[in-house]
Amino acid sequence: MREVIINPITRLEGHGKITIFLDEMGNVENAYLQIPELRGFERFCVGRKAEDMPQITSRICGVCPVAHHYAGTKALDAAFNVEPPSAAKKLRQLMYCAYIIYDHTLHFYYLGGPDFIVGPEAPPEKRNILGVIEKAGLEIGKEVIRNRAYGQKITEIIGGKATHPVCGLPGGISKSLNEEERQEIEKMATSCVEFAKLSLKLFHDIVLENEKYVEMIKSNAYTLRTYYMGLVDENNKVNFYDGKVRVADPNGNEFLKFEPRNYLDHIAERVEEWTYVKAPYLKKVGWKGFVDGTDSGAYRVGPLGRLNAADGMATPLAQKEYELMYKTLGRPVHSTLAFHWARLIELLYASERAVELCKDPEITSTKVRNLPGKPGEGVGIVEAARGTLIHHYVLDEDALIKNVNLIVATTNNYPSICMSIRDAAKGLIHGNNVNQGLLNKVEMAFRAYDPCFACASHFAIGQMPFTLEIYNHEKKLLKTVQR
Amino acid sequence: MKLAFYWAASCGGCEISVLDIDEKILEVTKSADIVFWPVAMDIKYKDVQNMPDKYIDVCFFNGAIRTEENEEMAKLLRQKSRILIAYGACSHLGGIPGLANVANREEVFEKAYLKNVSTLNPKGVTPKTHVKVKEGELDLPEFYDTVKTLAQTVDVDYYVPGCPPQVELTINALESIAKGELPPKGSVLAPLKSVCDECPLNPTKKDKIQIPEIHRIYEIIPDPNKCFIEQGIICMGPATRGGCNARCINAGMPCTGCGGPCPNSPEQGAAMMSALASLLGIEEEKEKYTEADVEKLIAQIKDPLGTFYMYALPSSILKRKVMKK
Repeated sequence: MREVIINPITRLEGHGKITIFLDEMGNVENAYLQIPELRGFERFCVGRKAEDMPQITSRICGVCPVAHHYAGTKALDAAFNVEPPSAAKKLRQLMYCAYIIYDHTLHFYYLGGPDFIVGPEAPPEKRNILGVIEKAGLEIGKEVIRNRAYGQKITEIIGGKATHPVCGLPGGISKSLNEEERQEIEKMATSCVEFAKLSLKLFHDIVLENEKYVEMIKSNAYTLRTYYMGLVDENNKVNFYDGKVRVADPNGNEFLKFEPRNYLDHIAERVEEWTYVKAPYLKKVGWKGFVDGTDSGAYRVGPLGRLNAADGMATPLAQKEYELMYKTLGRPVHSTLAFHWARLIELLYASERAVELCKDPEITSTKVRNLPGKPGEGVGIVEAARGTLIHHYVLDEDALIKNVNLIVATTNNYPSICMSIRDAAKGLIHGNNVNQGLLNKVEMAFRAYDPCFACASHFAIGQMPFTLEIYNHEKKLLKTVQR
Repeated sequence: MKLAFYWAASCGGCEISVLDIDEKILEVTKSADIVFWPVAMDIKYKDVQNMPDKYIDVCFFNGAIRTEENEEMAKLLRQKSRILIAYGACSHLGGIPGLANVANREEVFEKAYLKNVSTLNPKGVTPKTHVKVKEGELDLPEFYDTVKTLAQTVDVDYYVPGCPPQVELTINALESIAKGELPPKGSVLAPLKSVCDECPLNPTKKDKIQIPEIHRIYEIIPDPNKCFIEQGIICMGPATRGGCNARCINAGMPCTGCGGPCPNSPEQGAAMMSALASLLGIEEEKEKYTEADVEKLIAQIKDPLGTFYMYALPSSILKRKVMKK
């Protein structure tokens, strides 16, 4: 048996390794994505003060700290049985939109987008933000840098710090917004709407106008028929911050809709010996292994998961684009590469929503906290950029943490990412024929998910480096391919 | 000048903080080459191994030492770097992941894989460092019992504090390096003052504070213009090194201590407890307080370990919890 190991070196340092096993014919027998990382948050959070949790858990990820901060804050709202004042909820949402703007921009332009904009066949040294600027123009490059920074800046104004914000408290947030700050945010958010429109235009011109790309999006190697999950508002529109969890089946019909507090009735996790990350699945369907289809409990989250699980977007421009995507690709969209399109639609929604929130007269209200009740148990669910994020805390009578459970966004996608990598490899490796193009295309399959264990590569100026090694059945190294 | 950036057990926030200075980093490093930055460049471990010793002029190392692999990279980069900088709270003090020193591997695994409300695992499966699957064999790096700081693993030249480090501190560090104006080895590259010294609420603080009871921030709505400690809320400002412009306090929340200890009191938790005792007047007016009074006051402080050592458990004299056999 031959073994193909793809080592993204950044992940080798503690976050991920792909091993592909070939059969005697030199075709793919199976592929494994291992996550060799664990830090033990669920254990060491026990005994901590409940109010510290939004700050402690934000350290799970320095790229998406806002998502953890608010999943934690909302779990505390529930655990203390307190409803934040309306202005506090709006400020949390405004900051949340800013985080989505920053994170989606980063992914599209620095990580995932270059594959399309510069092209999957382009030399690796061109497939990065600099290559994007070269192809799309310096003006766009400037806009990318400017609007990404706006996302961070808005988070800092409301949250105190852009990376690892501090403002979340059970029953509200620590500081209200003044008029001067509001005006500054409105200017930035308005710019982000234009930027999102520009990004979608770029996607249309470069990707959708190119038949070859559209063919690739629709190809079997990048298709998985799974369930989809995401938060929806009372009209079943996509919501990042609040609402019920909705699950659509592989035919696009509503399969489940549940309150966050009932997540244990619907989601279970499985442990594998070969990786530190668990594999979640829908309880009602059951675990059938790393397979897709209606009989397998695997589900997908993130931009495409949310759009497939919802009936639309809550802002006008994003809704128009949402309709266009489904008109073009059918419904539901099973193509993994459509995550990129969905991501840009969400960028537009987050920007439009941020402007709406800025214009809300209540946003500068100084009533941003309600005092909490007695400590108990609570679940907080938000949509991180990469998907549904669940924090579940049990507090003791001193409001210290007694028990914690966390299901992070990328974990939900883990079984599907494993399948996508395997299927992309199967479609591209035949009879021991392994080449440079394969490396990039396998990489594209998992990069579409914007996986958080690859979070470092989010802001990579260059490419995630890959090494591919081919061993024969005697474990003798036959060939090394690097790019 | 040749620069390197590396990360071990961390969240990625330090890398973001380096990127947040991007325009200035270009100015500072106009005459510098970045020779190793795995998140950004296609350079392999092997290439680092092939570098002559001390080839890298300055290596910024973030993240704690959690696994076998983190340790190996720390040793390799020490050997290849002239100046090694522990960058950010995890590398400097152990950081929030260092709180895992309240437990060991067995307890972490038990919580994550065995006794976990959403995990269905009737066979009690846990990840293994070496596994035979149907198609072949797979390996995982070993997860250690104890989190260590970089300085507990290799010799460190300088420290940049913070979670993540404030952009100004990083710029200052790069500028000092570029000009060759570095302080003595072992220095923390941050102002000598405490967070209190930078705090806008400080001028209101009296020499002696009367605190009848300790409150937790979620229990009361504090006066935004009054020192937190004066209002009975634990704020780590007195025992924490500044350089952050009191950014958390400006956002209406008390300091949690990410800057690490002040220069003259290297034991951050002990320094805070002693500052509290002094602010509460316990030290000076010992005769006024019975032991029971003091105990009563101290008992109001919940989770002292997490409060006083949120970022600094591995680097403290406590280091870790002693596990019962």
